[in-house]
Amino acid sequence: MAEKEKGSLLLKTIRPVGIVGYGAYIPQYRLPAAEIARVWGQSEKAVPIKEKAVPGLDEDTITIGIEAARNALARADIDPELIRAVWTGSESHPYAVKPSSTIIAEAIGTSPHIQAADLEFACKAGTEAMVMAIGLVGSGMGDFALALGVDTAQGKPGDALEYTAAAGGAAFVIGPAEIALVEIISTYSYVTDTPDFWRRAYQRYPEHGQRFTGEPAYFKHMHTAAQTMMDESGTSAQDYTYAVFHQPNSKFPRSAAKKLGFTDEQIKTGLLSPVIGNTYAGASPVGLTAILDEAQPGDRILMVSYGSGAGSDALDLRVTDRIAERRHAAPTTAEYIARRIEIDYATYTRYRGILQTR
Amino acid sequence: MEIPRHWRLQKQRYGLVGEICPHCSAKIFPARDVCPECGGEAKEPFRFSGKGSIYSYTVMNNAPVGFERGLPYTIALVKLDEGPTVTAQLTDLGANKVEIGMPVQMVTRRIKEDGDERGMLIYGYKFRPVMG
Repeated sequence: MAEKEKGSLLLKTIRPVGIVGYGAYIPQYRLPAAEIARVWGQSEKAVPIKEKAVPGLDEDTITIGIEAARNALARADIDPELIRAVWTGSESHPYAVKPSSTIIAEAIGTSPHIQAADLEFACKAGTEAMVMAIGLVGSGMGDFALALGVDTAQGKPGDALEYTAAAGGAAFVIGPAEIALVEIISTYSYVTDTPDFWRRAYQRYPEHGQRFTGEPAYFKHMHTAAQTMMDESGTSAQDYTYAVFHQPNSKFPRSAAKKLGFTDEQIKTGLLSPVIGNTYAGASPVGLTAILDEAQPGDRILMVSYGSGAGSDALDLRVTDRIAERRHAAPTTAEYIARRIEIDYATYTRYRGILQTR
Repeated sequence: MEIPRHWRLQKQRYGLVGEICPHCSAKIFPARDVCPECGGEAKEPFRFSGKGSIYSYTVMNNAPVGFERGLPYTIALVKLDEGPTVTAQLTDLGANKVEIGMPVQMVTRRIKEDGDERGMLIYGYKFRPVMG
C-alpha cells in the first residue's frame, strides 16, 4: 500500500492473494508445420514451430476450459461452491452470444451465486481474467475466483498464422495467499490502440499485416510491461527463476527474453509454442502451468502475456511451500503434451470444419 | 428443437450428477428420485467420480440423426466405480484398442448441435482411456 501512495504503477491487493490451484488441458492431435508447408508449397525449413495442437471433433473452448478447470479444482482441493466468479478469456468462444463461463461453471459444480462473463482481448484475455480474479479476491469481495485462458484459434488456410494457431487452455483458482501454491506479489498492465491483428464481426478468420506484428505490437508491449514491472519492483532478470512470455511462435519470446536480460534456462520450461503452437489466450497461462509442475518453493516467476489490439499483462509471482503437496492432484502439462497423435492436413481440415461437406 | 429437454438434463450430462439413497447409500444414475435398490425416496444429489471400466462396447458406423459428424465412433456401457452402468461415447481413443474391463474416465465434450449451425450446442459426458 505504501508504494501505491507514492504513485507506483503496480497493481497490489489490500488482502494477500495467490494461485490456490492450477490446471491445463491440451488436445491430443498434432499438425506438424512441415505438413502445412508441404500443402502450400512452402519451405519446410522456414516454419515457425515444430507442430501445433489441434482440437478433436468434440472439443472446443468450453470443453477445454472444463477439463483445465477440473484440474485446477483438484489441485485447489476446495468445494467448487466456494467460488464466487468464473471468467473465461478467449477469442474462440463457441457462441457469439451466450457465455462459455456459465457452461463451464455448471459443469464443474459452482453454485449459481457467482459472477460469470467471457472476456475478449486477443491473446491476453486469459491473464486479464486472472487480474480480475486477483482484484475480486484481493478486495475481499469473495474468497475464490476461477480465471481461464482458452482458445481453439482460427488460422486462415494458406495464411502465415495457420502454422501456429493452436488449441489449449489453462485455469487458475485464485484465493487467499495463506493457502496458495503461488503468491501474487503484484501485477501491471500496459495497453495502447495498435492495429496489428483483428477479426471483424461475422468474419471467420482474423486479419493482420503491414509489418505491425513485431516491433510496434508484440515487442513494444511485452518489453514495456516486463521492464516497467521490474523497474517498479526494484528487480532485474536475475531475480527470477523462471519467466514465461506470450509465445506466438518460437522466435518472438526468445528475442523478447534476451532483450530483457533473461537466459534460455529461465524461459525454456514455459516455452511450449514449438511443440503445441500458439494457444492464444491460453499461451502464457499454459506456459505457467508447465513451470508450476516443476518449480520449487521460493522460486520467483515473471509472467507476461500479449494480446493484439494491443496490450500486455505482467504478473510477479512467488512459489510457496504448498506446491509440492498439491501439484500431483492432476495431470501435468507435460503429460498432456506427451499424449500426441499426429494428423495430416486432410484430417485437420475435417477436424476444424474447414472441409465443406454441403 | 429440443431445448427444454437438453436444459433439464444438463446437470447430469455435464458433470455426471446422479443421486445417493439416504436409506441404503446406493448411488443412482441417472437421477430417478426412487432408489432402484431399496425402493425408498432418494433425492440427494451425488456427483460421480467419473471413474469406471468398459462393460461392453460396439463401433457405430451408422449414426442417429445429429451424430453423423463423428463417425465412426465407439459407444460403450461403462460400469462406474460407484455401481451404476451408463451408456456413452468413447473419445480420444487414438491407438488404444478398446477392451472389456479397460479403465476409463469421464470427460465433458460436445455431443452434437441441436439442428444446424444455428442451434444450441449440446455438451455431455464421454469416456476416454485413463491418462498416465
